[in-house]
Amino acid sequence: MTPAGRPLHATLLDRLVSHPMVRRHGRATLIGVPYGWLLAFFLLPFLIILKISVSEMEEVTFQDLVTWQDGRLTLALQLRSYLAILGDRLYLVTYLISLKYAAVTTVLCLAIGYPFAYFMARARPAAQPALLMLVMLPFWTSFLLRVYAWKGLLMEGGLVARGLGALGLGAPAAALGLIPAEGLWLNTPFSLVVGMVYTYLPFMVLPLYATLAKLDVRLLEAAADLGATPWVTFWKVTVPLSTAGIIAGAMLVFIPCIGEFVIPELLGGPSTLMIGRVLWDEFFSNNDWPMASAVAVTVILLIIVPLALFNRYQAEAREVRR
Amino acid sequence: MAAPASYLQIRDVVKDFGTGSLAVDHVSLDIHKGEIFALLGPSGCGKTTLLRMLAGFETPTAGEILLDGQPLGGLPPYLRPINMMFQSYALFPHLSVRENVAFGLKRDGLPRDEVAGRVDAMLRLVQLRGYEQRKPHQLSGGQQQRVALARSLVKRPQLLLLDEPLGALDKKLREETQVELVNIITEVGVTCVMVTHDQEEAMNMASRMAVMNEGCVLQVGRPGEVYETPASRFVADFIGNVNLMDGAVAVDEPDYVEIDCPDCRHHVGHGITGHVGMAVTVAVRPEKIRLSRERPLGLHNQVRGTVRDKSYFGSFTVYHLVLASGAVLKVSESNVDRFREDAPEEGQEAWAAWSSTAQVVMAP
Repeated sequence: MTPAGRPLHATLLDRLVSHPMVRRHGRATLIGVPYGWLLAFFLLPFLIILKISVSEMEEVTFQDLVTWQDGRLTLALQLRSYLAILGDRLYLVTYLISLKYAAVTTVLCLAIGYPFAYFMARARPAAQPALLMLVMLPFWTSFLLRVYAWKGLLMEGGLVARGLGALGLGAPAAALGLIPAEGLWLNTPFSLVVGMVYTYLPFMVLPLYATLAKLDVRLLEAAADLGATPWVTFWKVTVPLSTAGIIAGAMLVFIPCIGEFVIPELLGGPSTLMIGRVLWDEFFSNNDWPMASAVAVTVILLIIVPLALFNRYQAEAREVRR
Repeated sequence: MAAPASYLQIRDVVKDFGTGSLAVDHVSLDIHKGEIFALLGPSGCGKTTLLRMLAGFETPTAGEILLDGQPLGGLPPYLRPINMMFQSYALFPHLSVRENVAFGLKRDGLPRDEVAGRVDAMLRLVQLRGYEQRKPHQLSGGQQQRVALARSLVKRPQLLLLDEPLGALDKKLREETQVELVNIITEVGVTCVMVTHDQEEAMNMASRMAVMNEGCVLQVGRPGEVYETPASRFVADFIGNVNLMDGAVAVDEPDYVEIDCPDCRHHVGHGITGHVGMAVTVAVRPEKIRLSRERPLGLHNQVRGTVRDKSYFGSFTVYHLVLASGAVLKVSESNVDRFREDAPEEGQEAWAAWSSTAQVVMAP
């Protein structure tokens, strides 16, 4: 304790906050912290990966990109890996498979999460914290354990597998090609999607709930007053006014799903080879680090470019509204 | 003149939210075709609940509501021929002015041409041509109010409901808009029920009004009637300013009565009667009292006091006069002269006087 009788950390914090540097550049400091973090732990590693992807590998080290050879500055850019990505169909196919499962997961999360978030937002105010708690409760257990649990539930003789069989869902699922044969639920596209939807559902529900809880009930009453049935009101008022939540939720589900590695590894099958697995193989089985890095860079670019375009469109739309 | 037929009938309507007291307590009202009827009362008096039952957002616990002879019970809001202008408007933020106004017509499945024509006509009526493509947040408060009005009138409802129609506007704009709103409603010819807590708004706009408190209707009448002949202490006090004095009947003659109050003896010269000793309350509006420094001649009703406060409001001045018993008498003097020489000042003694027709006598 300091002489003033205050805890040391409070005193230190006061000193920090009242320091002339901080006072003068308080705003910049506050903004700088997350930017610093992203710079150190995202941008720098990304640049390293980018460098590796265009380097030539020599046993266990990489050639320098820029060298001084024969009195000339030489830049040795190795684009072999990128050409290989373009040339080999494997990369394109796995990337498209990743996109497909990410999209399916996002759509299913939206279909399940929207009604859930809607009724949560419309529930009695006293019940809402408890419902919110239920959404977040799974986070208290390790994600890996929960995915492993699905293995047990979906394997032959597992609880869910038997339940689905008893409901007579085996034949239709097999007919649709979701599973190879009746009774084989695990390590199929079906089990992969179950695991991904299960894992990412809260990331869809939370932003949707935040948007829907803010929705002014009087707008729904106004729509009803003007002759809109509840169904029409939902499509003409509720959905358009919750687009921000839908977009946020879709991003939070779609983007990590593309690069997902653990769930396809544990619950996926031979037909669900996704880009994350390819990346792993390049790094740790083939030990071809330039190739692996090139795949990683490509995936990031393919995600970031549409995202950046979308953000710009959003910003412009906001500008117009102002 | 024959009494106009009742167009909207509210029959013994009760709303119980299970809170221990009734939100709407056995209310019956008859509203005539084409009139602007105001429900006036303090917040929580049940006026908004009653309006929401008319719109269909709440179901009466008991009682019946008939519009043009047709019972409304069981009809959801979207099937009622009733439109409402919501408090702070509830305009759809994602739709333009034109789309907001067209929303109701599109729900009726009207042909595109007719929707466009009626929306244009309505926007012209509320003077919003040229704003069709704006979003609600790009409009001023007064413009938003007119979009809301257009949206609620464009379907040609049999009944228009206004929930605190001008509550979101500032004072100056509110006064201008009151007249404009009445003109538009009269031009369209729609029957209108409005809810307000602002007595000036109710008196200015409504042809008749009902004063409500604690779920009950206390008095129904034209604004002038309610103001000049309040039926109870609550109504007298809620509508405008009033001095209330408790007393007892001292003299009961055929053409006048006299009422003894702690500070003065009231001489009431209009048609009331009672028995000697009966406890009553006398109400006198501040603007019906004259103030002077010399004792006035001729008037029966006069009382002396000391000016404690003098508040200047521009068009009138309000004096607080402390009487012998310690009671305070409010007097409002119209500032007819720019500088009145003999106006009493704070701390001075003054005489207050009023005519024998100024008082309202009611049950205590």
